[in-house]
Amino acid sequence: MEHYHMNLTLKIWRQKNSNAKGNFETYKVSNISSEMSFLELFDVLNEQLIAEGKEPIAFDHDCREGICGACSMYINGEAHGPWSKNTTCQLHMRAFKDGDTIVVEPWRSQAFPVLKDLVVDRSAFDRIIQAGGYISVNTGNAVDANAIPIDKKDADDAFMAAACIGCGACVATCPNGSAMLFVGAKISQLALLPQGEPERETRALNMIAQMDKEGFGNCTNVYACEAECPKGISVANIARMNREYLSAGLNADTK
Amino acid sequence: MGLTGFFLITFLIVHCLINSMIFFNDGGETFNHWAHFMGSNLIIRTMEIGLFAFLLLHIFQGLMLWSQNRSARPVRYAVNRPEKNSKWYSRSMGLLGTLILLFLILHLYHFWVPSRMGGIGSIHELEPASLSTYSGQEVHNLYNEMLMVFRENLWVVIVYVLGVFSLFWHLLHGFQSAFQTFGLNHKRYTPLIKGLGVAYSTIICIAFASMPVAMYMNWVS
Ligand code: HEM
Ligand code: SF4
Ligand code: FES
Repeated sequence: MEHYHMNLTLKIWRQKNSNAKGNFETYKVSNISSEMSFLELFDVLNEQLIAEGKEPIAFDHDCREGICGACSMYINGEAHGPWSKNTTCQLHMRAFKDGDTIVVEPWRSQAFPVLKDLVVDRSAFDRIIQAGGYISVNTGNAVDANAIPIDKKDADDAFMAAACIGCGACVATCPNGSAMLFVGAKISQLALLPQGEPERETRALNMIAQMDKEGFGNCTNVYACEAECPKGISVANIARMNREYLSAGLNADTK
Repeated sequence: MGLTGFFLITFLIVHCLINSMIFFNDGGETFNHWAHFMGSNLIIRTMEIGLFAFLLLHIFQGLMLWSQNRSARPVRYAVNRPEKNSKWYSRSMGLLGTLILLFLILHLYHFWVPSRMGGIGSIHELEPASLSTYSGQEVHNLYNEMLMVFRENLWVVIVYVLGVFSLFWHLLHGFQSAFQTFGLNHKRYTPLIKGLGVAYSTIICIAFASMPVAMYMNWVS
């Protein structure tokens, strides 16, 4: 595709801290290359703001190669912008054309409070993992690849679930603000493997209890999460989580 | 939600089958016979209590879901394009359910109240004309009641068709959703379930919608 330059109008959410009332600010940028990434657009804009003596825009980013899940931005009404199976850092400016107006907001969720501008606090996900998204035994050094035989299909499904990067786009996109795609992936990646078996039931119960405690909404199977997930995590993982929860609940000792 | 949904889905099949007997065009004889059976059989009457309980539970759960999910996003997006990632009817289950509920109130007032409490309230008086005989048995002429409600009442017919339309969209999402809720998602069976859901919603709703229309248009008499 041909390389081109564009002038853009940006409407960006600015918010001083989690208690402040935020608002949109409008900025103009010019001569933006179609080969830039969306985060590079923000770098350009922030340098412009610094030169003008203004406060640069706070946004999360780390790897800039689509694997860490930090770059949360709701762009023109979609998590991570218009491209599917994509993160913000991997969104390129050729997705836009000269003269476009781009609206950028932070993830909107009760459980992800805005810290500053576009940065939200996603530690609710960490607390869900801490509630059971691990195996307790010390596994020592990595064992020989085929020492534990695992069904090819289970290995594939576990691997696909493990591709979740914890970005929170599923929550941001879900009309109910539900975290079930994330939690479903994290429960699935262990439930499918022999290493995860001993703690399988307590894991499902504890992680789901923590999820509810964090104030995420309830899944009504709208499947918007799957459509917007940068890693294409399947809602089959939510169904597996429902199965795990049902059978764990039925087997659970009465407390 | 899924459990009560499944129950309501099953109820609709029975309800639709019995009502479709008006299309035998036998002056409602077969229909009245079965309607009488449903209204007098003890097991069915017990299940009817269960049906109302499940319906109320379903509505209650729906309202709880709606309010909890609303508070999960206190600040809304200024710009949102949900049409890029999901179906409008999947996102509108609460609204569609409420429309169905409004329709149901009118519907129960039309048929359930007079047929079950006919003598008690003053809503419907038992006249000799409203009793028909079938195999020597006196049965309540619900068929006639249907004719009275639908014939020459264009607005009633319109409300019914709109109610059934809401039901169609509600089921289009709800059928497959109930399976997913119970953890049934499978490469081979899920496409089958989705197809079955479309067929179910379409057939049930066309059948229901055609009843008031057929009576209004004098296609059955
Ligand atoms: C004739 C009646 C009805 C039938 C057959 C029916 C069926 C269903 C089914 C099968 C589901 C999906 C269950 C699941 O997702 O696990 C559902 C969901 C739902 N229904 Fe109904 N429903 C009916 C009436 C109502 C009414 C009167 C309301 C009133 C408010 C309502 C509100 C909802 C809501 C909010 C959901 C949640 C969305 C979801 O879980 O996917 N429904 N319904
Ligand atoms: S499931 Fe997908 S959208 Fe949700 S946190 Fe994981 S990678 Fe992000
Ligand atoms: S910055 Fe790591 S995924 Fe975008």
